[in-house]
Amino acid sequence: MLKYSLRRILGMIPMLFLISIVVFSLAKLMPGDALGGEIDPLNTDPEYIEEMREKLGYNDPIVVQYFDWVTGFVQGDFGQSVKYKMDVSDLILEKLPNTIFLGMMSLLITYVLALIMGIYAGRKPYTVGDHLIGGLNYLGLAIPSFVAAIFAIYFFSFQLNWFPSNGSVDIMVQEGTLDYWLSRLHHVILPAIVLGALSTASYTQFLRNDIIDNSRRDFVRTARAKGTSRSKIYNVHILRNSIIPLVTFLGFDIVSIIGGAVITETIFTYPGIGQLFVNSVSSRDYSVVMAITMMFSCLVLVGNLIADILYGIVDPRIRLD
Amino acid sequence: MSQQEKDLLQVKNLKTGFYIEGELHHAVADVSFEVKPKEVVCIVGESGCGKSVMSLSIMQLLPELISKISDGQIFFEGEDLVQKNDREMNKIRGKEIGMIFQEPMTALNPVFTIGYQLQEVLFNHTTMSKKEARERSIELMKEVGISRPEKIIDEYPHQLSGGMRQRVMIAMAIALHPKLLIADEPTTALDVTVQAQILELLKDIQDKEDMAIMLITHDLGVVAEVADKVVVMYAGQVVEDAEVNELFANPKHPYTTSLLGSIPKMDQEQDRLNTIGGIVPSLENMPHVGCRFADRCPMAFEDCKKVTPQLASVNGQHQARCLLNKECYPADHPEHKEAISQ
Repeated sequence: MLKYSLRRILGMIPMLFLISIVVFSLAKLMPGDALGGEIDPLNTDPEYIEEMREKLGYNDPIVVQYFDWVTGFVQGDFGQSVKYKMDVSDLILEKLPNTIFLGMMSLLITYVLALIMGIYAGRKPYTVGDHLIGGLNYLGLAIPSFVAAIFAIYFFSFQLNWFPSNGSVDIMVQEGTLDYWLSRLHHVILPAIVLGALSTASYTQFLRNDIIDNSRRDFVRTARAKGTSRSKIYNVHILRNSIIPLVTFLGFDIVSIIGGAVITETIFTYPGIGQLFVNSVSSRDYSVVMAITMMFSCLVLVGNLIADILYGIVDPRIRLD
Repeated sequence: MSQQEKDLLQVKNLKTGFYIEGELHHAVADVSFEVKPKEVVCIVGESGCGKSVMSLSIMQLLPELISKISDGQIFFEGEDLVQKNDREMNKIRGKEIGMIFQEPMTALNPVFTIGYQLQEVLFNHTTMSKKEARERSIELMKEVGISRPEKIIDEYPHQLSGGMRQRVMIAMAIALHPKLLIADEPTTALDVTVQAQILELLKDIQDKEDMAIMLITHDLGVVAEVADKVVVMYAGQVVEDAEVNELFANPKHPYTTSLLGSIPKMDQEQDRLNTIGGIVPSLENMPHVGCRFADRCPMAFEDCKKVTPQLASVNGQHQARCLLNKECYPADHPEHKEAISQ
C-alpha cells in the first residue's frame, strides 16, 4: 500500500506540471491586471503604476514570469496578494478553517440524509416511500444551489429569523468561548443545509440501487438459508457490500470540503475559500487565483488517490500493489 | 405414530407459482413425496421442471412478492412449514435443515471472511463464544476436507477455488447437525474431478452424521451412486417415485425411460447421443388437460391429450403418473375401475 501510494504520488508530478501551465495561462489570459482596478485618475500617477508593474514583474516575458511563479511555488512561496497586501498562504490559511467547517457540516448532512433515505428506499423499493424519496432527491438535484440559497435566506433568515443570513460568526462574541462556537454553528447551519441537502440525490439513489441489486444476490439466499434474520441481512450483509461504491465518492468529497462552495459561500457572504476565489478573480489577484486553482488540482489528484486506497481497504477483492 | 411423524419430510400436494403479468403460474404443480430419516432422496428432472423452486419452497427462500406457495403442506417432523412465518422459519433454516446451492462462486458474501460466514450460522442458533465458534469452524473445515483451515478461516471467498467454496458451503450447512440437508445441484458448476470429490464428501457426511439428504440433480450417474429413493419430476409434477434399483430396472413412465436412455453407455458403440426431443413447456404454455409430457412422449396415445393422469401406486411403493398404467386414470374413469377390479 505504501509503495502503491508513493508510486501514485510520483506520478502526480508531471500532471501537476501540466496543470500549472494551464493555470498560469488562464490567469494571464484574463484581461487587465490587479493594478488596473486601483488606478484613480485623479490622484494616481500613471508612472507610479507603471513602475509598480515593472517591479512586480508584470512586464517580464511570459516565460520568465511563469518560471518565477513556479520556482516560488515549489518552495512554498505562493506570492503576495495585491488586494489584501498579505502572503497568499496566510490568506488561504485564514479562510480555510471556515471552509472546512462548512464542508464537513454539509457533508455530514449529505451522508446522514443519504444513508437514511437510501437504506429505506433500498429495503422497500417501488413503494410510496421510495417514490417520495426519489422525487425529493430529483427535486433537490434540479434546484440550482443559488436559488435554494436565496429562498433559504428569505424564509429562514428574513421571515422566520431563525438563522443569520451572512458571515461565519457573531462579531460580539469572544473567541474560544462556548458562545463563540455556538455562534459559528448557528451561522454555518443554513448554508450547510442548502449545500448538503441538494447533493444527496446521487448518494441516495446510488445506495438504493446498490441495495436492491445486492438483495437479489446469491449470498443473500445463503445467509437466509443459515437462518440469519432479515434485518441483519440488510444491515450487515447487503450494506457492507453497498457501501463500497459510496467510498469512491468520499475521495472526491475531500476536494469539496476544502475547495469550498463558490456560489453558496458568496451568497451567504461566508468568508471561506470559495468567496475568496470569486473576489480574487474579479479583482485579478493572480497570485491568489493561481494558488487556489493549484490547490484544487492537487486536491483532486489526492482525492482520487484516497478514493483508491479506501477502495482497497473496504473491498477485500481489490489489492493495491 | 402417524405417517407425518415417521417421515422426516413430507411434501403434500405442493403448489408454488410465480406471478407473470399479474397471473399466478405454477412452477410446482402438485408435488408430493416423503423423505425418511437418514434417507438419500434424489430429485431428478430436466432444467425448468421445478426442482429448485420446490426445494426453495421447503426452505421458504423464494423471492417474495413475485412468488407464492398457493396450496399444499410441507411437514417437517410433523410441523407444517408453510404455516410458519419468517421468524419461525429462521429457527429451522441452518439448524434443522441445511442447504447448499448450485453456484459456489456467488453463494458466499465477497466482503466477509470464510470464518465470519461460517461462524454466523453458529451464532444464529447457539450461544457459543467467539473462541468456541472459531474452534468449531476450524473443526468443521477439517471435516469437509479443507487443508490449512487455520489459514483459510481468515481468507476471503475470492481466494478460494470453486470446489473449496462448495466445501465451505457444506461445512456451513452441516455445522449444527441438521436432520435434513438439501443439496440443489451441488456439483453442476464444478469440474468433473471435483464433482466426484464433493459427492464422496456428501456421502461420508451422511454416513457420519446420520442425516437425510435431498439431492437435486440431473445426473443419473450420481443418482445411481448415492440415492436410496428417486423422485422424477417433469413440468412441475412428480411423474415417478420409486426406490432406486426398482426405478432403474423397471421405469414406469416414458419420461424416466427416455432419461435413462440418454445416458451414454460405455460398453456400446454410439454415433449419436439419445435425446428427448423438444423442451419442457414454459409456465404460460402448460397444458391444462392431459399429460404434460404427451407432446414429447414416444409412447403417447389418444387418451394422453384428453385424460389427466394421476400419481398412483403401480407396484408397491413404486408410484407413477402415466396412462400406460391403468391405475393412473382418474378414479371415476372406467379404465381405473377396471384396473382396480383386477
